[in-house]
Amino acid sequence: MKERILTYAEAIREAQEQEMARDSSVFMFGMGVDDHIAMWGTTAGLQKRFGASRIFDTPLSEDAMTGVAIGAALAGLRPIHAHIRMDFLLLAMNQIVNIAAKARYMYGGSVNIPAVFRSVIGRSWGQGAQHSQALYSFFMHVPGLKVVIPSTPYDAKGTLIQSIRDNNPVVFIEHRMLHTMKGHVPAKPYTVPFGRARVLKQGSDVTIVGISYMVPESLRAAHLLEDAGIRVEVIDPVTLAPLDMDTILRSVKKTKHLLIADNAWPTCGAGAEIIARIVEYFQKEKLALPKLERLGFAATTCPPSRPLEDRFYPNPRTIAEAAHRLLHGRRPWTAKGEISKEIAEFRGPF
Amino acid sequence: MKSISHETLYRSLYRIRRVEEEIARVYPTDKIQSPVHLSIGQEAVSVGVAEALKPQDAVFGTYRSHALYLAKGGDLKKMIAELYGKHTGSNKGKGGSMHLIDVRVGVMGASAIVGTTIPQAVGFALAIRYRGDRDRIAVSFFGDGGVDEGVWHESMNFAALRKLPVIFICENNFYAIHSHERARHARANIVERARAYGMPAERIEGNDVLKIYERARRARQAITAGKSGPIFFECMTYRWRQHVGPGDDYDQGYRTKKELEPWVKNDQLPRIGNLLAPKKRAAIERAVEREIKAAFAYAEKSPFPKVEELFTDVFA
Repeated sequence: MKERILTYAEAIREAQEQEMARDSSVFMFGMGVDDHIAMWGTTAGLQKRFGASRIFDTPLSEDAMTGVAIGAALAGLRPIHAHIRMDFLLLAMNQIVNIAAKARYMYGGSVNIPAVFRSVIGRSWGQGAQHSQALYSFFMHVPGLKVVIPSTPYDAKGTLIQSIRDNNPVVFIEHRMLHTMKGHVPAKPYTVPFGRARVLKQGSDVTIVGISYMVPESLRAAHLLEDAGIRVEVIDPVTLAPLDMDTILRSVKKTKHLLIADNAWPTCGAGAEIIARIVEYFQKEKLALPKLERLGFAATTCPPSRPLEDRFYPNPRTIAEAAHRLLHGRRPWTAKGEISKEIAEFRGPF
Repeated sequence: MKSISHETLYRSLYRIRRVEEEIARVYPTDKIQSPVHLSIGQEAVSVGVAEALKPQDAVFGTYRSHALYLAKGGDLKKMIAELYGKHTGSNKGKGGSMHLIDVRVGVMGASAIVGTTIPQAVGFALAIRYRGDRDRIAVSFFGDGGVDEGVWHESMNFAALRKLPVIFICENNFYAIHSHERARHARANIVERARAYGMPAERIEGNDVLKIYERARRARQAITAGKSGPIFFECMTYRWRQHVGPGDDYDQGYRTKKELEPWVKNDQLPRIGNLLAPKKRAAIERAVEREIKAAFAYAEKSPFPKVEELFTDVFA
């Protein structure tokens, strides 16, 4: 069968278009969804097809607009609220954490909140302190929320359709550098279930769990490690809540080495949670503890200055070197692969 | 002018007052092990507005929502059971007094975080518009403290921008917990602020249940006839009891009993009761007392949730 190649951004656009066509209760809004940038193409042409009542721009009122999404969901609609930066979700935390996550529970099961909160994370160039944060662990902390963070175009479409059809609030996270990546995307609507991690590359020496953009970066690191004769297993959790620990545990039992390549700060992060659960599991099963390490953003605020920014983020070289250290301790080994293609080629300003 | 039945109004006012007095009476027994924010003194606002609404209309409230819940038709037995933490409660014992809900009659929930349900009412109104429902509106209830929140301003703006079918009811009881409006607002101009966002706004003095009903009825009519977008009312009222809990707090220094006096003198309960024939009034009161007794008995004998219920309803 011939592959149908789309970018990640096109896959997101298609998921929304197909769901809006299928179900008239699906509608979307957010800052800039109908402008010429169209959230980097992810909403392109949707207003032309569905009209301004079903997809519209909003005032800069993240708090109220999140409440509007929840109120519309309480009335039976299925809103998608889109944010061009995840940093803006900080203005919506009260509505998401205090209402969306809790409504079904505290209202005794008498309501559902089928809302999707899309947000974009990631570096591109010099986005600095407040346009670079990936705050997904905040949402993992709260019962009642689903946290979805696909890394491939195929999963982007499938998990977004699943998010829209899910009767719970879903925080859906896209990395800027993934938007332009290409992959096979079937034309028909399909869903990708939550809570099933993908083993994207099999290997027996070390497991690398990548999150979001750190998935392709980890695959590149795996390639570098092959030169050193190290066979890497790369896992993409796809969703962080629910989190498929079974797939990760199976891999770690085999490789006895785990590196988390997180796309956020390691402290109290997704990687911290994964490692805590692994430690609990191995302890309970009376198994020898594997070697474990987290890699993520540097423990500082993200600077825009390029040499500093390059040190702030993990990259294929730092991931590969960390994995090598995990296996071989301090034995000297250096890899190449500092700056990946899409980062080197990126031009702003937006 | 279509006049409201005084019997209906009295029944609702009396029922809420007596339910809350009963809650206050029972509270020291520790059968209600959760905070209660009593509406005593403020019933007229919820009753006046709710009587002007239809069952399909949605209301969103605050943690002080016993009056709103009951006035809109919320189930009394389920409410008391909820306060008792019982499985038969309106929220299966998982919400408590601050989050009463009864979707069947359009009581769409209440929040303990001030201002939080305001945009939800606006979103519900957006959905009404989206679906093209003609004879339906949403109503947002909040206090003068809610006006302090940024989300109030954002919500006013969006509702007016979209001309949404929503009525905003500010229950101004002068206090955000123990902080007087004077200490929080540079100017006592809540209605001017609402007007600035592009909607008609009126201040209704004196906790006047008949006036509140009449204004709300006309507002609903204008909105459902497509003649108006959102409409705002600031209803002046007074909380007689503590911010939270069953007692009063005039000995605590932040307000005086003298401040309360005009509100007691102007109490809407005897005002409307005196418009009824004594026999009729007594019959209403007897029926309500029976209902309240039955509701507390129902709560008493209802089972607590099973421990497994701790984990149900987290996800749909």
